[in-house]
Amino acid sequence: MINIQEVLETNKMIEQENLDVRTITLGISLLDCIDSDLERLKKNIYEKITRTAKDLVATGQAIESQYGIPIVNKRISVTPMALVGGAACRTSEDYVELAKVLDDAAQTVGVNFLGGFSALVSKGMTKSDELLMHAIPQALAQTERVCSSVNLGSTKTGIDMDAVRLMGEIIRETAELTKEQDSLGCAKLVVFCNAPDDNPFMAGAFHGVTEADAIINVGVSGPGVVKTALSKVRGESFEVLCETIKKTAFKVTRVGQLVAQEASKRLGIPFGIIDLSLAPTPAIGDSVAEILEEIGLEYAGAPGTTAALALLNDQVKKGGVMASSYVGGLSGAFIPVSEDQGMIDAVQAGALTLEKLEAMTCVCSVGLDMIAIPGETSPSTISGIIADEMAIGMVNQKTTAVRVIPVIGKTVGDMVEFGGLLGYAPVMPVNPYSCEAFISRRGRIPAPIHSFKN
Amino acid sequence: MKKFIITVLGHDAVGIIARVCTYLAEKQVNILDISQTIVDGYFNMMMIVDAEKAEDVSGMSEELAKLGEEIGVMIRCQHEDIFNMMHRI
Repeated sequence: MINIQEVLETNKMIEQENLDVRTITLGISLLDCIDSDLERLKKNIYEKITRTAKDLVATGQAIESQYGIPIVNKRISVTPMALVGGAACRTSEDYVELAKVLDDAAQTVGVNFLGGFSALVSKGMTKSDELLMHAIPQALAQTERVCSSVNLGSTKTGIDMDAVRLMGEIIRETAELTKEQDSLGCAKLVVFCNAPDDNPFMAGAFHGVTEADAIINVGVSGPGVVKTALSKVRGESFEVLCETIKKTAFKVTRVGQLVAQEASKRLGIPFGIIDLSLAPTPAIGDSVAEILEEIGLEYAGAPGTTAALALLNDQVKKGGVMASSYVGGLSGAFIPVSEDQGMIDAVQAGALTLEKLEAMTCVCSVGLDMIAIPGETSPSTISGIIADEMAIGMVNQKTTAVRVIPVIGKTVGDMVEFGGLLGYAPVMPVNPYSCEAFISRRGRIPAPIHSFKN
Repeated sequence: MKKFIITVLGHDAVGIIARVCTYLAEKQVNILDISQTIVDGYFNMMMIVDAEKAEDVSGMSEELAKLGEEIGVMIRCQHEDIFNMMHRI
C-alpha cells in the first residue's frame, strides 16, 4: 500500500519542483484528405482535424483533475503539408491558405500550437516542397498557432545544401515579416537533420508518413525535480550522481506513461511514444542549466559543460527507458536559451556562447534552440550555422535542429521578449566572417561512409 | 475498487477530519485508511478512500479543494495510480 511519505514526495514534485506533463500531442494523418481541388482539400483538412481532436482538450483537463498533475499543453501534429498540398497547391499563396485552415482548426479545438506546416527535403525538393518553403514566412506571419519545420538532411541521405541555402533566406524573410513582434515568426520555425516522425514537441512536431491514422504522443518534463534531487547529493561520487538522475527520470517518466495510457484509453486513439526530453521553461527552478550548475559548474558554458550534459542526457534516458513501454521522439535534454532562465543568465554573464552551444548539441537533443541573433545577420551566415548543425546530426546519427531568431532592428546585448513559454533572450553575437562562397555551391553533401550498413 | 488518495495540508485545527469525512460520507465514499504526520510544523494527513459506490467522482477533487479553502487547509484528491506508477515497479 502507498505510504504517506511517497504521496508527499510526489505532491512536492508537482507543487514545488514544477513536475508536469509538458504536452499531449495528438498526431493526425491528413493523407486521406488529399484532393486536387484546393477548396475541397481545405474542407477535408478542417473536418478531419476538428473531428479527430474534438475531445483532446477536455480529456486532457479531466486527466489533470483525476491525477492532480498539470498537463501544460495539448497540441496537434499533422502530416507534412508539402505532401498533403502537392496535388492542389499551384502557388505559395495556396499554401498560405492551407496554413490559415490549420490555424482555424487549431483554434476551434482549443490547442495552442499545431505543427506540420512542413517539408521533408533531406535529399531534394519537389515543386510542392519549394512552394511550401516559400510560403513559410507569410504562413507564420498570418497565423498564430501554426508551427513549421523542414528536414534538410539525414545520416542516410546527406545534406541538401540547396535547401539549406533557401532556408537561410526563408528564416531571414520570416524575421522581417514579423519584426513588429521581435521576429516572433522564427520561434515557430525549425530546421532538422534526422527529424523524428513522432516528436510531440513544438515547433518541430509533425505526424510522419510512417505513423498510423491518429496517435497520442506525450512529452514529459521535470528539470526542477532532477535539480532538487541532485541538491541532496552535492559532493558525492559520479556513481551516486548518475543513480540519482536515473531514479528521478524513472519517476518523472512513469507519470508521462500513466497520462499517455489514460489519454489513449479515453480518446480511443492508440498510444505512440513517450518523449523523455528534459524540457525547461522560463519559470524559476525549471531549468536544465541549473541542473548543470548543481552538477558542479559555476555557469552553463563553463569548461566541463559538454561532459556534464552528456552524463545528464544519458542517465535521463537510462532511467526513462525502463519507465515506459515505448520511447521515441527527440528524447534528450533540451538546451533552448530563451526558455531557460539559467541559460539566459549564463549568456548574460558571458559564460555561454553560440560555439559552446554548438558543442553541447553533439551530446544532447536537440540543437541550437531559441537563440536570438542580430537582425543584420546575412542569410548565408544563417545557412552556415544550419549546415554546421546538420553536419553534427548527420555524422553522429542523431537529430539536430536549428531555431535561431535574427531579430530585426536589434543587435548584440539587446533583450528580446517572446512571451509565455517562449520566454526572453539576450541577442547573442555571431562569428562575423563570411561563408558566402561555401553556401553558394549547388547540390548536396553526400551521406557519410558509416551510413552504408547494408 | 476505485481508490483515491486524499491529502490535507495546513495548520492543525479542530474539525478538519470531521468536515472531510462528512463530505465523503455524503458522497458514499468509503475510507480505507488514514495516516498523518507533522512535516516542518505543518499538519499532513493522507486518506486512502474507495469511491466505487460514489455516483460521480469527476467533480470530487474540485469540491474537496473548495472545502479546503473554507477550512483554511489545502486538500488534494488524486487517483491512486499516479503514486503506484511512480513508486512501484
